[in-house]
Amino acid sequence: MINFQNIAKTFPPSQPGSQPTAALEDVSFEVKEKEFISIVGRSGAGKTTLLRLLLAEEKPTQGRIFFDGQDVHKIKKSKLPNFRRRIGTVFQDYKLLPSKTAYENVAYAMEVIGKSDAEISRDVPVVLNIVGLTDRANNFPQELSGGEKQRVAIARALIHRPEVILADEPTGNLDPYHALDIIRLLQKINEIGTTVILATHNKEIINNLGKRVITLEGGKIIRDEKRGRFIL
Amino acid sequence: MLTPLKRIIKFGWQNLTRNGGSVTATCFIMVLTISLATSLFLLDLSSKFVISKIEEKADISVYFKSDVQEEEILKVKDEISKFSSEVKSIEYVSKETALDQFTKRYEENPLIVESLKALGFNPLLASLNIRAADPGNYEKIASFLETSSFSDLIDHQNYLKTKGVIERIFSLTSRTNQAGFILSIIVAILAVLVTFNTIRLAIYNRREEISIQRLVGASNWFIRGPFIVQGIFAGIFSAIISLLITVGVCYFLSPKIEILFSGLNVWRYLISNFFTIILIQLITGIGLGIISSAIAVRKYLKV
Repeated sequence: MINFQNIAKTFPPSQPGSQPTAALEDVSFEVKEKEFISIVGRSGAGKTTLLRLLLAEEKPTQGRIFFDGQDVHKIKKSKLPNFRRRIGTVFQDYKLLPSKTAYENVAYAMEVIGKSDAEISRDVPVVLNIVGLTDRANNFPQELSGGEKQRVAIARALIHRPEVILADEPTGNLDPYHALDIIRLLQKINEIGTTVILATHNKEIINNLGKRVITLEGGKIIRDEKRGRFIL
Repeated sequence: MLTPLKRIIKFGWQNLTRNGGSVTATCFIMVLTISLATSLFLLDLSSKFVISKIEEKADISVYFKSDVQEEEILKVKDEISKFSSEVKSIEYVSKETALDQFTKRYEENPLIVESLKALGFNPLLASLNIRAADPGNYEKIASFLETSSFSDLIDHQNYLKTKGVIERIFSLTSRTNQAGFILSIIVAILAVLVTFNTIRLAIYNRREEISIQRLVGASNWFIRGPFIVQGIFAGIFSAIISLLITVGVCYFLSPKIEILFSGLNVWRYLISNFFTIILIQLITGIGLGIISSAIAVRKYLKV
């Protein structure tokens, strides 16, 4: 379903005179439909860059990424929104809309794809309840804690039932209790047929999952195991 | 089709109510611009009024020799009115009327009236007062009178005396119109630039939000729409505020202006042109809002 082919990404030097940064080098792997795949590695290993490339937020310096046989970076600008609606993303920095409440942030993902008001008022409370934010529905992001924002971001990524969920450190700001809940939720979603790509450096979670793990180090894949463990 | 539109309007309204600071700044600039447009409109009306008042007072008086008979003068009057459509009106003032007017004017100066009586006859000349439709035509009328067949009946005409005044009015009229026009264009350009920049800054502050909307899969119009709706709402609000300011200023200043330029009632002008003014204000406000936000959003949509 998703195919990374010889991906390399080099960022230009931030200051004149310094070296360009190579975030990814020759990364190739395939994600099958309905697969649950974890990408692990130290911070700076290139996990987030990989996900940003898949969302066509960045262009690779080399290589190509295919989604359902289509080169992601050849999608026309006007068609990009349609492509992104097929992917639900939990961003590491949440990326919530600051002038919308938790409820409205979640509803926005449905409004964007043109769901009816009835569907929205039916689904949003359910998902907010799943992530345990019913009480905080009418608060703005600045009034929420880091963990609460993260759960809003998760709710927004799930609500429109995308084909793929990209989760970039979705448990980074959660206490162990909530973290486990979220991972269970991702597993459940995966069981009903959604492809999940999880980037994390939470050792415990990875070791309990027993799913495929890709380990990145210095922008390269050093391990890709069917029932992987967190080894660095 | 309707649902996205409804949502775009809803988001636009939310943008407006949840971003008080930048909206206030935008509205403030818009109110200035709209008020300027309104005052230019009112100024144009007032200057036209003052000029027409002055023009009405300008005329040519043709004085006939004292032995010329009344019938002959009336014949000349007919000739002149046939001369062209440039003549607005001709008034015949007989010797007797002239004397009446003269004594009336100097009622309070018995010395002059007495000396006139002592003279024993009426020294005043019969005359025709000619008014032109356009102050530019007085020259033509004057030269027509000089070259016509009845020029030997004429004692003198006061055109040369009033010529200076007429010419000054004439150049003043065209110059005011020109200056007003140029000024309006300059002010309009400045206003658009300032409004545009204020809105652009407001949107620049929200560029992060725009990029998030893109990443969640919102189409261009779904992102751009609310900003434009916000611009429209801001324009309507600014127009309403400007209208209140205009009404207030005209109401309180009108009596003072009427004293300064006799007969110029700004308040009455405002009332009789009320819908034109509302239209000018709404169009200026909404136009500024749409154009500025459309241009500004374009810039930040390149994610």
